[in-house]
Amino acid sequence: MSTATLNHTWYMTQRQLTAILRQPAFLVITLVQPVIWLFLFGSLFRKVVELGGFGTTSYLDYLVPGVVVMSALSSSMWAGMGTLEEIERGTLDRFLVTPVSRAALMNANVVQQGISTALQSVVIVLLGKLGGADYPGGVTGLVILVIASILLGTVFGAFSNALGMLVRQRESIIGINTFLLLPLTFLSSAFMAVTLMPSWMRHIADFNPVNWALVAGRSAMAADPDWGSVLSRGGALLALAVAAVWLSTRTFRAYQKSV
Amino acid sequence: MTTTRAPAVAALNLIKTYPGGIKALDGMDITVGAGTVFGLLGPNGAGKSTTVKILTTLARPDSGTAIVAGHDALRHPDRVRRAIGVVAQKSGADPVATGRENLLLQGRLYGLRGAALTRRADELLDRFDLTDAGKRLVKTYSGGMQRRLDVAIGLVHRPEVLFLDEPTTGLDPEARTAMWEEISRLAGDEGLTILLTTHYLEEADRLAERVAIVDRGRVVAEGTPDELKGELHGDAVQVVLREDTGPLDARLLETALSEFAGVREAVVDGRHLRARADDGPSAVPHVLAVLEREGAAVASVTVARPSLDDVYLRYAGRRFADADTGDGAPVPATAGGAR
Repeated sequence: MSTATLNHTWYMTQRQLTAILRQPAFLVITLVQPVIWLFLFGSLFRKVVELGGFGTTSYLDYLVPGVVVMSALSSSMWAGMGTLEEIERGTLDRFLVTPVSRAALMNANVVQQGISTALQSVVIVLLGKLGGADYPGGVTGLVILVIASILLGTVFGAFSNALGMLVRQRESIIGINTFLLLPLTFLSSAFMAVTLMPSWMRHIADFNPVNWALVAGRSAMAADPDWGSVLSRGGALLALAVAAVWLSTRTFRAYQKSV
Repeated sequence: MTTTRAPAVAALNLIKTYPGGIKALDGMDITVGAGTVFGLLGPNGAGKSTTVKILTTLARPDSGTAIVAGHDALRHPDRVRRAIGVVAQKSGADPVATGRENLLLQGRLYGLRGAALTRRADELLDRFDLTDAGKRLVKTYSGGMQRRLDVAIGLVHRPEVLFLDEPTTGLDPEARTAMWEEISRLAGDEGLTILLTTHYLEEADRLAERVAIVDRGRVVAEGTPDELKGELHGDAVQVVLREDTGPLDARLLETALSEFAGVREAVVDGRHLRARADDGPSAVPHVLAVLEREGAAVASVTVARPSLDDVYLRYAGRRFADADTGDGAPVPATAGGAR
């Protein structure tokens, strides 16, 4: 990657991060929502651990990775809205007539998404700790959980961007997100132990990238980490993330042709 | 005509068809001399913006050649991008960044750094009367301020060619007049070539040294505003009568008027009489005398030099306002146009 691309990626990322920091309402909502999830689900399902299969006696221990991954999913799904707004406002075209590196425009989306997801995840982990959650896998386990959620965010952020550039309609993004968020979350081990899921659900969960992130994260966070699961699910997520970014780069080229 | 310098912009036989078979450009040819202001005039959908998109490397034509600042826009878009500044129809400025931040980022994309960059940004803010506003977020700007910032953004890297795509559409008359003054000042800049698109006749008339009238993806007439108007041979004389004439009386009046050698193309329709005269003011007494003889009482008389609207009517075969089927942005009545 050339120095110009790296520099331009940094300028574009900086621009996006500044824009987020200047929308305090948005910032507060992304941070408050996980707190609500932690509190609501934590209270609602508190006794469910007594059924066994969670690998812990405190539901909060089990819940924290679930909320980290769900939050990464739900915030990255809206990335396409920002892209759409930039197209409609003419900002994207404004950059395209400058010598800016084309790759930098795409990179900035991925980097910004990654930084946002990482921060959000760290906050949730700290809030969990504050609430009394135990992380037997230590820092290594938590770092892997955050990496898994960044990869998952990259996958859905890139898909959302591709969708925004292709359909150019807010309604489509809202519709698809609303349709996907809860089924993807509940067809995974986010809130319920795999052993308690009906077998058909378990089979679907095996193909659900949300579940891959959870399995990778939880396997690394255990007192005795299962590195095989971490590598297989983490590897699958990485491969999917690369494919999703490639796809969104292709749609970006298609957009340039449609101008 | 006499310039020996290579043209700053040359579009040759550009053809562009959008999906669905919509032919946006149908053999567009324009040549813009270096250091001049060139106006592309036409209604919405005539192909002005598509031409600008191709010349600024945003879109590719199906066929044809586009040369900008000596570089082929299709083969070396990167070289063209370094040489041009673009003010598109849509602002494109980042609303949650300040005006100054927008300028700084734009400068960085062209490789400007450090003190040279900040000096350039402040100089432009000052020039466009945005020094105080430069510290505020762009979303708080008025339409006129935002447009001035757009032009400043387009100028950060001192481009050779500046594209202004409908720079005053959507502005109120006051902001429009201010923007016209700004563009006139830019035109005086050493060596800057400006390609301006507009659907405002008086804008092209006032700002552009040469104008190309565009209709359905082609240039239908080109020249200086005076040349174009001169081809119409004569002033427009318009008379409003007190009473409606029937078809029979109308023909009678037309015949009576055409007896005078200085008056041509007299047409009477209801209460309105239109004619052309080589010397409008001196034809008026004769026209009034004929009307009085024929017993038609006159309510008002106006004499006008031919406008670009008349030129458009002649070449495109339609009134400008009728052809403009776009977003219906109103053509300003008089603002700045009456000099």
